[in-house]
Amino acid sequence: MAVAFDEMNIPGGDLRPAYQELARWLKETPPEALEYRRQEAELLFRRIGITFAVYGDSESTERLIPFDVIPRIMSGKEWTLLEKGLKQRVRALNMFLRDIYHGRDILRAGIVPDDLIFQNPVFRPEMNGQQVPHDVYVHIAGIDIIRVDAEDFIVLEDNARTPSGVSYMLENREIMMRLFPDLFARHRVAPVERYPDELLSALRSVAPNSASGEPTVALLTPGVYNSAYYEHSFLADKLGIELVEGRDLIVKNNEVFMRTTEGVKRVDVIYRRVDDDFLDPLTFRPDSALGVPGLMSAYAAGNITLANAVGTGIADDKAIYSYMPEIVKFYLGEEPILKNVQTWRCREPKDLAYVLDNLSDLVVKEVHGSGGYGMLIGPAATKATIEAFREKLKREPEGFIAQPTLALSTCPTCTASGLAPRHVDLRPFVLTGSKSTTIVPGGLTRVALKEGSLVVNSSQGGGTKDTWILDE
Amino acid sequence: MLSRTAENLCWLARYVERAEYLARTIDATLRVTALPAAYIGKTNEWDSALLTAGVAESFYQIHEEANEHNVVDYLSFSADNPSSIRNCIEAARLNSRSVRTALTSEMWDTINSAWIELQAVWSKGTSTREDLAKFLRFVQETSLRFDGSAYRTMLRNDAYWFSRLGLHLERADNTARILDVKYHVLLPEEEHVGGPLDFYQWSSILRSVSALTAYHWVYRETLKPWLVADLLILNGTLPRSLASCYDNLTRNLDQIGVAYGRQGPAQRHARGIRNRLEHSNMNDIFQHGVHEFIQEFIADNSRLGEIITKQYLI
Repeated sequence: MAVAFDEMNIPGGDLRPAYQELARWLKETPPEALEYRRQEAELLFRRIGITFAVYGDSESTERLIPFDVIPRIMSGKEWTLLEKGLKQRVRALNMFLRDIYHGRDILRAGIVPDDLIFQNPVFRPEMNGQQVPHDVYVHIAGIDIIRVDAEDFIVLEDNARTPSGVSYMLENREIMMRLFPDLFARHRVAPVERYPDELLSALRSVAPNSASGEPTVALLTPGVYNSAYYEHSFLADKLGIELVEGRDLIVKNNEVFMRTTEGVKRVDVIYRRVDDDFLDPLTFRPDSALGVPGLMSAYAAGNITLANAVGTGIADDKAIYSYMPEIVKFYLGEEPILKNVQTWRCREPKDLAYVLDNLSDLVVKEVHGSGGYGMLIGPAATKATIEAFREKLKREPEGFIAQPTLALSTCPTCTASGLAPRHVDLRPFVLTGSKSTTIVPGGLTRVALKEGSLVVNSSQGGGTKDTWILDE
Repeated sequence: MLSRTAENLCWLARYVERAEYLARTIDATLRVTALPAAYIGKTNEWDSALLTAGVAESFYQIHEEANEHNVVDYLSFSADNPSSIRNCIEAARLNSRSVRTALTSEMWDTINSAWIELQAVWSKGTSTREDLAKFLRFVQETSLRFDGSAYRTMLRNDAYWFSRLGLHLERADNTARILDVKYHVLLPEEEHVGGPLDFYQWSSILRSVSALTAYHWVYRETLKPWLVADLLILNGTLPRSLASCYDNLTRNLDQIGVAYGRQGPAQRHARGIRNRLEHSNMNDIFQHGVHEFIQEFIADNSRLGEIITKQYLI
């Protein structure tokens, strides 16, 4: 594996311009002071209760995501490029979804194979021909971005269902501003705090026609035991909207109402953080206690907007991912600004053969997996793990894709033995309303805290950093 | 507001109030049992602590007899006891998480910190009397802090009123339960007034509702059983008396009624109970039978809980 691109240090001893002030500050700040602030940050996180749950971990149901106090910095110029690329990508995702559930031009043009759509469990036939307000399917997208050099931004994954992590973007900034006012005074960091306002206006803008002038928005959560529950309550609070569970909602005459102490009240837009499968036991999983019986018929009647729309999983599927450059070109007639990681589709015999021959160099992912579960990182895996994976791959090749092991860029990070480079990625959040697409400058930087590790997922021991876009 | 939110706020306040009440009960029982046997007679005070906590039945399904060790553990830490102090704090935290948007950060911080301390410091229970005293103080302080933050930081809207409803329903129930278990020592016909046995029983009752000092201020008398009963049942100036709880319940329900523009069975039922308390005196109550009076009250109080649930919370 090549030496990773470091976002602060240029080989030979120079610093990238965006990091110069930080480097000066680090030189002036004694390591103990840094460690002291790190502990203070942890205390703050615990007191505020910013926790997440790790599935399959019975020991502690609530954990803190480790927070690294060294910010990750990008120049305004870099951000402008990234922002343009993200808007382009999300526009294409929305057009793709509209097309898949209506005319299907892209299938007829032979760009994406039919069976990848129709045999895909995340394809929702219920959405065929269904009109969604303003043709927006993905109101909130979290696009995972990595860098391998100073020039390009590469999309690692599109998250078009219920992307999480934005609360960390906001809270990390709050805590950094509390702990390091001096460091902020020496930079011009673009603020992120207007995200909740932007989100609320985007959600209001896509209310159904039958809504009143002041549409009522609610956030639907699976409940306190969900791993992202903190974020749900945090966002509901910042948006000033009700945090509802399935049992708080009822459907009457194809309209959705919430049960309040003053009787029932109509809801127009649901920012749902519940997966498709659990939304409506009458349509999807009958055993789901999280959903709202009848929600899908109210949706079909056009009386409620769900954000994100039902069926968006077909756009962030890892098998579809490999077609994204073509998808962008097909709908927009433009060259994609953001690159894709080279991807082998194991469903194709030629690709499968290559993957099986090179397992120890590749990262193999489940097409429908997320959160870093169930993936193979060839270079880091034992022989036995690789062999076990080989069997899985042969049994069900269409369930997997493979990618080269990328040397994700690194940023300076606090470790037990002082500052050291650690691999990072970035998840900016792209909001699409009826009229515009907006992105708050920044995002969630995730960092793999273990030396050499490339897995940044919080469920796998990753941490987070504040992400600074410098306003030049 | 969401019905579920109102329900959670109501229960959150109940759990905190109950935790404090349990801590006071244990504290008061420890004091009585520390006295020489001649002063307290043959009654098993730990048994009556279980009765006042309303958990005697479930306790005796696991234990043969009640003693300091197993009752303190059962009331404070036991996972088997759904309303042990630990379970109350855990339930309060869970409720707080699910209604975080309706809590002020001070209230959340109180509950969350208590929960963190419970796990960090008290996960193994207490091994010495000193530890236990510290633990009981921690529980009472948590309740005071929670109550204080609610009082000082919450908007005066339905969220606040529903939280107060929970507090006063629970408080009324707790005071009534002590009276229910101890009513026999309050009966005037068993007048061996000034006998050491009853004196300590009475002061123990007052202590468990933090009213011992109040008693002296209100009556300027030595402890007399009917005055103890009067204080706890009818005296509107004592925050834990039944009368005071119903003043608050009626007021909070009226505030909700005004805000929502309509009254209902909950308002009427609460007012009915308050009027009865207002127009009673201890003579009538003793004539009628203290025990019957208290039992009726407990049933009425829990009926109010049900009516509130039906009217607002589902």
